[in-house]
This record gives sequence, structure tokens and C-alpha cells, in this order.
Amino acid sequence: MTAPTISPPRLLPSGDSAMTVEFSRHIDEEANRRVLALDQILALEPIVGISETVPTYRSLLVHYDPSHIDFASLGQKLLALAERPVPPSKNIRHWRVPVTYGGEYGIDLEDVAKTLGTTPDDIVARHIAGDYRVAMIGFTPGWSYLSGLQESLYMPRRQNPRLLTPAGTISVGGVQAGIQCLAGPSGWHLLGCTPVRTYQLHRDPTFLLEPGDRVKFYQIDAKAFVEQERAAAHGEIIAEWVAA
Amino acid sequence: MTKLVISAIGPVSSIQDGGRFGAQRYGLTPGGAMDRLGLAAANCVAGNALLAPAIEIGPFGASVTARAGSVRVALAGAPRSADIDGRAVAWNSSVTIADGETLKLGMARGGSFSYLAIEGGISGEPIFGSVAVNARAGLGSPFPRPLQAGDELEVAPATQSPERWIDLPEAAAGPIRVVLGPQNDEFSDENVNLFLDSAWKISATSDRMGYRLEGPAIRHLHGHNIVSDGTVNGSIQVPGNGQPIVLMSDRGTSGGYPKIATVISADFGRFAQIPVGTAFRFKAISMEEAQAEARQFAECLRGLPGQCGSIENFDLNVEALQDANVAGVAVSAVDAGTWQIASMFETQSASGQET
Repeated sequence: MTAPTISPPRLLPSGDSAMTVEFSRHIDEEANRRVLALDQILALEPIVGISETVPTYRSLLVHYDPSHIDFASLGQKLLALAERPVPPSKNIRHWRVPVTYGGEYGIDLEDVAKTLGTTPDDIVARHIAGDYRVAMIGFTPGWSYLSGLQESLYMPRRQNPRLLTPAGTISVGGVQAGIQCLAGPSGWHLLGCTPVRTYQLHRDPTFLLEPGDRVKFYQIDAKAFVEQERAAAHGEIIAEWVAA
Repeated sequence: MTKLVISAIGPVSSIQDGGRFGAQRYGLTPGGAMDRLGLAAANCVAGNALLAPAIEIGPFGASVTARAGSVRVALAGAPRSADIDGRAVAWNSSVTIADGETLKLGMARGGSFSYLAIEGGISGEPIFGSVAVNARAGLGSPFPRPLQAGDELEVAPATQSPERWIDLPEAAAGPIRVVLGPQNDEFSDENVNLFLDSAWKISATSDRMGYRLEGPAIRHLHGHNIVSDGTVNGSIQVPGNGQPIVLMSDRGTSGGYPKIATVISADFGRFAQIPVGTAFRFKAISMEEAQAEARQFAECLRGLPGQCGSIENFDLNVEALQDANVAGVAVSAVDAGTWQIASMFETQSASGQET
């Protein structure tokens, strides 16, 4: 924390029942820390009228009931809370997530290697070398957006997004890395697949990752993937939790 | 066990309720009824909690049959022709389907979604407080998918109480009201005005996730990619082609296109009901006005039970209802084979949201 004064966030209306508290327009580690800090403060000191909060890279979306509190009053309270110093991160959780790279598991690995002028093994090594943080979870259940991608893997998203990409897809897009839980559309580059389910009904917990969690990837072969996926389907938590 | 059997049903028809809240931070969309007022009105007539689960019927027809007992249902939302063996059934009213009888519903008229609530409710296993169908996430109970012909719902047999109806306040008319933002500063004043001053139509490639709009192309000041942030029901995002997409009940919880404006919550259901191809306009209002409308809409929902009443003499009242132009019209049987399922809601993942 170098800056003694921090600029206040912008309060943007998202209709009459939600407000976007925007700390930055860009992907910015400091902004994300402040987003998660405000989210944490609101969890500890709830404001009557707020129904839920949705942290993202650079802003906190606050859903509220205008029958209980209006935009101006809520905005003032949020600005006051956002001025508080970022509290030290509470029990950061570290996860090790297995990935099977390339082939049918990551159909873009070869292309990504070609585009970046290197080998698939080198792309895998660069992906595994990253220290990732869950910056936000969004779009579809369990879709975890990670910051911490190595700069040498930055690539624009695909021109033509795919309408269907597999469950468990491990991908990169722009300056971001991702763990996708459900099958669905994506414009990112598919490097591999994990048997880990970040969202699974009837499992405790239903959602594995929280914004702020740390993630490292490690490589497994196709045989291990099949075994682990079977276990995951039975509700086992495949990702390893590592004490800080 | 008394059952309500789905004999025929079109696409985009599913069990919906008030939606599931509290897990948007994990990417789980609230889902729930496209038109909460329609859902609440049907439940009110059926004697259920206002946001209890009911069958949300898409633009095409449907027919349901009572088995092993009589079943009382209530109809509200977009009106349609409705009859039981040729007997006209009034809209915004309850009706008892005798054992073996079939209630036939035509296409939606002047709207897209109708609600069929069942006296005694629909039992299911709630996840995050809701049984609403969210096919993408594999959620919904008793079926985690849209309804299909042949589905059977276990229901309570109809009670002996009189049939009921609801006197709904006149539907609001006029432009769909929006609050500008959160990213209206990603557009020039000229383009914001173009958005507000143009007539729009809802594209046939729309679904419960998003309504694509057809009209003039809205241009961005700095390109169409922003860093993904949170969305709400009614977020109006503008992708690269300049054709806005209004995010609906099954929206992704975050999106990476600039959002020029947001449909106010009081107008969301009315917007959801606009049929494909019908021209409409937007109008920007202040936050103060929008929040006053939201409070008034909440009041209106809370007041529905007071507008519900029994129909003591059913025959007489059907005529009265028909005079008031709220009754369904008796038409020939609905034949699923004749439905033109070629346009609206045929496309999966039509909303243009992707990561």
C-alpha cells in the first residue's frame, strides 16, 4: 500500500435496483483488491436493503431494494466504506488444479504455440508457471476468471467465438486465464481440460472457488484425467487445497 | 395421485418462480419468471404464494390434461384463447379441469408469456430457494429442462371452493423506460440520442437469456470490449455490430460489452411481453422517478390479493368478464403440428453473450 490517498470509486447506476461501484476501467490488481475488500466489509457490516453483491475485476455490483434504500443514500454509505484501508486478506486459500493439455482436451494448444512462435510444451510450461488469483466468478456457474497470466501468453480473443466449448475447459483470452465449469459458448483459446468441477450440485460446497483464492495448475495425463473425472462425478473434490 | 399431464407444449415453456438469489457472485443467474406480475396474478388466483412456481408458457400453444382427479388452474399473463372441450375459459381466472378433460391454450396474443398456476402449487426440490428451470446450469425441479409433451406433474386435487378471478390494474402503456448507464459514457451523445429516439423491434433470435433488438447501429466511442462487469435484468449491452441486446431472466451474471442503459425494474415484465417484430421505443427517466416506479410496482404486487375475488355465480360472471374483454375466446383445438416453430426462440444461446 504505497498511496496514502486513494481515488474514490465511481458510482454507476445499473437500473433502479443495482449500483456498480467502479474502482477502475481496466484489469488492475489494486482495483480488484479494493473490490474484494469492499465486498468483505459489506459481508461483515451489512447495509439494510442490499440483497447481494457481485465482485468483478474492477467493480462491485451491489443489488439492493429501492423500497428500503435509495441510490443517493446507499451511494454515500458505499463511498464511506470504500475509503477504509484495504484490510489484510483473510485466510487466502491456495488450490492446485490438475489439467490435461492439448489434443482433444485443448484443441487450440497447437495453434496458440504457432501464433506465439513456440512449441506446445513451452505453452504448457508458461501456463503452469503462472501464479493465479481468482479475480471474479461470473457469466455461468463456476466460470472462474483468473488474473496472473504470464505476459508471454497474452493473446486477443478469437475472432469467431465458439458456441459450445466443453465443461472443465482451461483457456486463455486477452490478459486473462479461465477455468470453465459448464459447457457453453466461449471466445477464448482452449489449452486443456480439468476434471475439477468448480460448481457441482449436491456437493458441499456447491461452489469450490471464491474470489480472492489462489490457483496453481499442474499437468496430468489423459489416463489420470479419466480416473479423476469419474471421482469428480461422484462429488469428490479433485482440486488439492494447500494450506498457506 | 392426481396429475396434470402436459399433452402438448411449445418451446420456451418451463416451470418458473420468483428466481434464485444469493449466488450471482458464483455466476449463478437468478432466472425466474420473465413477467413477475403475470406469475403473481396467476398464483394469486390459484390461492398460492405470489412468487410460487407456475408453468410459464412461451409464445406457442399448449394443452394440459387432468388425470386421476380434477385439477384447478389459474391463467394470467399474455392472454390466449382457452377452452375445455369447447367451453370458453376466462383469462385472469381459475378453472377446474375435470378428470380426463383437457384445457387447450392457443398462441399468445399481444404478449409472449402466459402463466398457468395450479391450486396447491407445484412441488419440487428448491436449489438456492427456487425450483425455476435454468437448463444451462442443470437446475429446476421436478424437471431441470423446459417442459415437454408427456411430462406429468403430481398435484393436489381441486378443492370445492368457488372459482376465483383477479381484477388487474390496467396495463401500463407507452415507451419502455430506462435509466442511462452504467456505461453510457462509452457512447457519444449523438449515439445515446439515436438509441433513445429510434423505434426498435425484438428479433426472432431472442430467448430467455437475452432479447436482440433490431434498429439503427449504435456506435461505441472506444470499441466494444470492456473489462467484464456485473449485469442485471434489463441491462442493455451493445456488442460490436451495434444492435443492442437486452439481458433477460437467464442472463449471464457478467458481460463484457458496454451497457448503454438499463430497463427499469417496473417495466421489465412489460418489456419481456413485447412480441417479436412489434415496434417500441425507449425513454430515459431519472433515478428518482425509476425508484419511485419500483416502489409503486412492489406495492402493486403486494396489493394483488386484495384484487382477487370469488366467482359465486360462475356462468353470469363469465359473461361479465367477456364484456370486460378479459375472457378467452373459444377456438378450435390447438394442434401442435400446426404451430409455426420457425422463428422466435428456436435458437439456443441466441443472446450473444459469451466470455
